[in-house]
Amino acid sequence: MAGASASTRALPGQALFRIWRGDAAGGEFQDYKTTIDPGMVVLDAVHRIQAEQAPDLAVRWNCKAGKCGSCSAEINGMPKLMCMTRLSELNLDMPVIIEPMHAFPSIRDLVTDVSWNFRVKKTIKKFQPRQPDNPDGTWTMHQRDVDRVQEFRKCIECFLCQDVCHVLRDHHKHDEFIGPRFFVYAAALEMHPLDTADRVPDLKKKHSIGYCNITTCCRQVCPESITITENAIIPLKERVVDEFFDPLKKLFHIL
Amino acid sequence: MAEYQTHPYDVLVIGAGGAGLRAAIQAASTGLKVGVVCKSLLGKAHTVMAEGGVAAALANVDDRDNWRVHFSDTMRGGQYLNNWRMAELHAKEAPERVNELEAWGALFDRTKDGKILQRNFGGHRYPRLAHVGDRTGLEMIRTLQDHGIHSGMEVHMECTVLSLLVDSGRVAGAFGYDREKGNFILWPAKAVVLATGGIGRAFKITSNSWEYTGDGHALAYRAGAELLDMEFVQFHPTGMVWPISVRGILVTEGVRGEGGVLRNSEGKRFMFDDIPDLYKAQTADNEAEGWRYTQGDKNARRPPELLTRDHVARCINREVKAGRGSPHGGVFLDIAWIKEHIPTAPEHIKRKLPSMYHQFKQLAEIDITKEPMEVGPTTHYMMGGVKVDGDSQMSTLPGLFAAGEVAAGLHGANRLGGNSLSDLIVFGKRAGEYAAQFAKTNAPAAIDKDRIQSAVDEALAPFDRGSQGENPYAIQHQLQESMQDLVGIVRTESEMQQALGVIDGLWKREAKAGVASHRQYNNGWHTAMDLKNLLTVSEAITRAAILRKESRGAQFRDDYPNKDPEWGKFNNVVRRGSDGGMIVEPRPVTPLPEGLKAIIEEMK
Repeated sequence: MAGASASTRALPGQALFRIWRGDAAGGEFQDYKTTIDPGMVVLDAVHRIQAEQAPDLAVRWNCKAGKCGSCSAEINGMPKLMCMTRLSELNLDMPVIIEPMHAFPSIRDLVTDVSWNFRVKKTIKKFQPRQPDNPDGTWTMHQRDVDRVQEFRKCIECFLCQDVCHVLRDHHKHDEFIGPRFFVYAAALEMHPLDTADRVPDLKKKHSIGYCNITTCCRQVCPESITITENAIIPLKERVVDEFFDPLKKLFHIL
Repeated sequence: MAEYQTHPYDVLVIGAGGAGLRAAIQAASTGLKVGVVCKSLLGKAHTVMAEGGVAAALANVDDRDNWRVHFSDTMRGGQYLNNWRMAELHAKEAPERVNELEAWGALFDRTKDGKILQRNFGGHRYPRLAHVGDRTGLEMIRTLQDHGIHSGMEVHMECTVLSLLVDSGRVAGAFGYDREKGNFILWPAKAVVLATGGIGRAFKITSNSWEYTGDGHALAYRAGAELLDMEFVQFHPTGMVWPISVRGILVTEGVRGEGGVLRNSEGKRFMFDDIPDLYKAQTADNEAEGWRYTQGDKNARRPPELLTRDHVARCINREVKAGRGSPHGGVFLDIAWIKEHIPTAPEHIKRKLPSMYHQFKQLAEIDITKEPMEVGPTTHYMMGGVKVDGDSQMSTLPGLFAAGEVAAGLHGANRLGGNSLSDLIVFGKRAGEYAAQFAKTNAPAAIDKDRIQSAVDEALAPFDRGSQGENPYAIQHQLQESMQDLVGIVRTESEMQQALGVIDGLWKREAKAGVASHRQYNNGWHTAMDLKNLLTVSEAITRAAILRKESRGAQFRDDYPNKDPEWGKFNNVVRRGSDGGMIVEPRPVTPLPEGLKAIIEEMK
């Protein structure tokens, strides 16, 4: 798995792609040489390989414009969207290594089983608005009231933040911990100007927000540049502290 | 005998974009058992790509707006071939559906007095599009998804329907496979809602993802339902043209709504040169007035860049063909110029059009706050689709409903921007409601086991042929090239006849398509199975376009460049003949009731 040897080095106008092929039972890297054109992204190269050399190569994608979050993968070890990674950003003197996300079980080749994320979302209490402000059933909200939550609602659910989170990736705490994506989701609900539900006890007990030690890895890979750690997770941690670890409150409880 | 799992439902919804999710939410609210089958993961459907906004006459920004203006704008945009009942219901119900999204957690951009903000868009007389920057579709699909998962619906992700099942003249369910394992699944259902979206992948340059292979159109057609208006394919005027690999990706009309202008290589705003008579009274005749309109001056008329999409796309095409295009075969779309009027233009642009800023910066290394974009037409939307009843959305096959892009009628010969997102929620809700009603009043239908066996045999045939068979990707690419070249933005009889020949040849090659390896997440196999749908819709588009010997809305015929009032009285219907051949025939447009006719007259 070292760099390109003389025999595998690509010709000018070509690049070498080292793609993981396999399934839940295991797999290995396979090398594909393909021609490249100016402006191409990694997903284009994968598609070209699929159309010309490996029709059964499994890859998940949809919009090809960074808006749907389907084509998440690890490119040269970095969690990225394949559709938004230009070949010109990569060193093409070396093979481009493309792997599926590591935090989720393999289905085939570059496709992983991300269904856990959809199950987790259901465990978070749904949006519960306050009574409408106006007789026609609408609410009055100002832009400054919604700015903060609009940042969180940019999330395209690519799950790259989940992939890079060591609590999931290395410690496999999928049964106890919901990961950065769903802290952002919970923050969007908790900070929604109309919402009335309380998710703080769940965040502490059921969703183990305490496991996060704010290394900001999630924020660094977010293709939407959501300030996950500082704007979503830390404020939620503060709410947990306020509700469960406030010494004055504790005193009142004892009295 | 074929092996498959069975998941029975009262109502089965095929597709999980805005229309499918809204239909499923509605049907599930009646207490019925509702299943949703979607080709991708939940929340990834094409609705996520919608940028500019959702059209609804809320009158938050301009109090002169109301459903009657929205109705007449939609009819004018559709060149009066629209199903008037759908246009009426859509204009009346869109505001309620948008407010409902807010009650489910959506957060639209706000006006200064704390209401939902609305922006200008092509063909809409007043600022009408509720939006969230330029990611309105994401907000909408996520709101419906997050609300829907608590409504009781069951979702089958990454599953594709191969065939609708029919029993004594009514729908009986659907049969298909899951991508992950490649296993077959039977979904018996008392009522089925098609919400499968469009057909963009029949063309080479498109804003649509791999999923949009006309599945719903072809499923309905094969099951015996009628299709309508198949000649009307919308080419969005502004797709990216460079780099080649991103050619076709959408550049929102919101850029022009915020003051962006189109120029040719000579620096000229060519849209002022060609303003159709139907729109002369509402269109600015000088640049200063156009700018004032985009900045909310109620006395100004809209700039010609905001004429309807069909017209703007043709004007761009003309500039490029006349040699006045940009270096990569488009024209220039400039939003950076607004710095002449707005001192903080770069920040303003990034706030109003964040995705566009991001998209050009990342994919084309262009900073849209400093330099113009290169844009050209891209296949974007299908006006044609399953013929439905305006109130219930039921097709001509009892128990089969259709909503959203796969249904025809609302948009006539050309869709206005923003009317698609509102279409999804207005008619998604109606389809769900009436499908539930149908399911409650009808017993389960019988399942045709022979039909299932033949669907399985057909699906597995590419494996028998193996890698010796035709490469399915190559067949698909050739179809896309041919449709682009021969049945695209400018059409003529001879080229379309040639296209029919190509399609005929590709049907023969499709029958020889082969794939290697196994059924688990095999993209080559999926492509092979989608080919039938692509070929069916391509043939329907071409035949309907040949029959309509005039230019109207999205259809432009070089050999019949004018609008023919006689053709304004007919829609084309496509159906499968008893011998299996495709029949295309004109059907008279249902006359407008007096009340609606008066509204159109009044708004002229």
